[in-house]
Amino acid sequence: MDRAILREARAGRHAYLDEPPLVRWLAVGAALAFLVLFLLLPLIVVFTNALERGLTAYAAAVRDPVTLAAVRLTLLTAAIAVPLNLIFGLAAAWAIAKFEFKGKTLLTTAVDLPLSVSPVISGMLFVLLFGAQGFLGPFLARHDVKIIFAVPGIVLATVFVTAPLIARELIPLLQSQGNEEEEAAMTLGAGGWQTFFRVSLPKIRWGLLYGVVLCNARAMGEFGAVSVVSGHVRGLTNTLSLHVEILYNEYQFAAAFAVASLLTLLAVVTLGVRFIVERSTR
Amino acid sequence: MAAKRGSVLPGFSLSMGFTLTYLSLIVLIPLSTIVLRSATLSWERFVETVTAPRTLAAYRLSFTAALVAALINAVFGLLTAWVLERYRFPGRKLLDGLVDLPFALPTAVAGIALTTFYAKDGWVGRWLDPLGIHVAYTPLGVVAALTFVGLPFVVRTVQPVLRDMDVTLEEAAASLGAGRRMTFVRVLLPQLLPAILTGFTLAFARALGEYGSVIFIAGNMPMKSEITPLLIMIKLEQYDYAGATAIALVFLVASFCVLLLANLASRMRRSLLPA
Repeated sequence: MDRAILREARAGRHAYLDEPPLVRWLAVGAALAFLVLFLLLPLIVVFTNALERGLTAYAAAVRDPVTLAAVRLTLLTAAIAVPLNLIFGLAAAWAIAKFEFKGKTLLTTAVDLPLSVSPVISGMLFVLLFGAQGFLGPFLARHDVKIIFAVPGIVLATVFVTAPLIARELIPLLQSQGNEEEEAAMTLGAGGWQTFFRVSLPKIRWGLLYGVVLCNARAMGEFGAVSVVSGHVRGLTNTLSLHVEILYNEYQFAAAFAVASLLTLLAVVTLGVRFIVERSTR
Repeated sequence: MAAKRGSVLPGFSLSMGFTLTYLSLIVLIPLSTIVLRSATLSWERFVETVTAPRTLAAYRLSFTAALVAALINAVFGLLTAWVLERYRFPGRKLLDGLVDLPFALPTAVAGIALTTFYAKDGWVGRWLDPLGIHVAYTPLGVVAALTFVGLPFVVRTVQPVLRDMDVTLEEAAASLGAGRRMTFVRVLLPQLLPAILTGFTLAFARALGEYGSVIFIAGNMPMKSEITPLLIMIKLEQYDYAGATAIALVFLVASFCVLLLANLASRMRRSLLPA
């Protein structure tokens, strides 16, 4: 109904609900300028700079053994962090959205906590725990376990930073759908897991997909936290993001942007998934 | 935490148990180390570290730059949300999808792209430089990076409110003789304000802690363009864990206080508004 009125307003039938054309064009122009200046052009800068030295140089930068090692570590990190946070996201969303209990607000705040901590501080937490001068440092040294300046530290920091992402997508979604269908399934004799997999999960599949894709993009691109715990050992503890920084600081701009373009493509794919998800849920 | 009421659905103890265990192991225990670690600091050492001129300059830059960036995002975020929801023009859907780019783009990539973009010979820098406006390697660059990082928040909090808004209110205002501008200021803006404030707070919080996109463009001069997360990073690289912890603790407490105040403000506004 409201939409219909607005559409009529736009067609000029209800001029009193629309701004004068001059205002309209100024508003569109200003918003466009803002978005193009702050989003679109920086995005294009990545690709033009990556291809500045031509396709051969681009391919060489991407196929460099150090880059490939960074790709492997980045994939490994995401392959551990995303499934862990997926299980956490499903459990947290189920508990928070489907049940009433005391301290719900507190729990929701705790789930969101990593988002309001600076990534550098997030990384620092793990250095304080597992570093040489950390609480568990002497114990780890005695057993010859390396966490900081090694792969486990990178994985831990990434898991911490990306922990809330899937839960945050799922909580409002599960809440908005109510419990009736699940309750009906239970009444008809379905078991708990059966209800979860056959009734609840299909209803939230699109939100879940976007949550996973976003969590994956953030896990692969995490920089600050990983930078603190990695120690920047080339070919060993270098993720793609850290590799971009090293190349850039060595003035290998084209190579830095070539590696950056891989991460940018990942971001574009993530936005594409969001676009499709929005379409199919509306 | 137990006391569940009136739900026949199973899995409460399983999901809650897993959530609490995971949260404790991954988030709460690591976070508590910062408090425990600070307790081992001597008071004199703590005060000396957090009141050092370099630390104070970093705090000041972090808070002002985040504030300015969040304000820019509040104004342009509202405008963007309005234009995307209310007007039709070619490329609208594409731009709408693009708004989330800062959520998905790794911060290091954003950092080098923005630096190249605003540098003296960059696409925008070359036009601003002759005007005496230097963005890259100055505090202005910090603001530009933080604006990028916080861009989606206001847009995404205002959009759904605009979409679900009752058009009859606007009609009533118009039928009572209010012009478009008056309707916007007196009828629309009050309804949008809570969402704008929420988005502003989220953008501010995100900007405060941001590291990756800033360090490339900031120039990182101590006292001038050095943000707090970078100062913490420098202390950590010098193995000054005590100093890093002290700076981080004050920074965390200060940012939580700001968030709390913003939450209180929006709650007070809501209780003042007629239902």
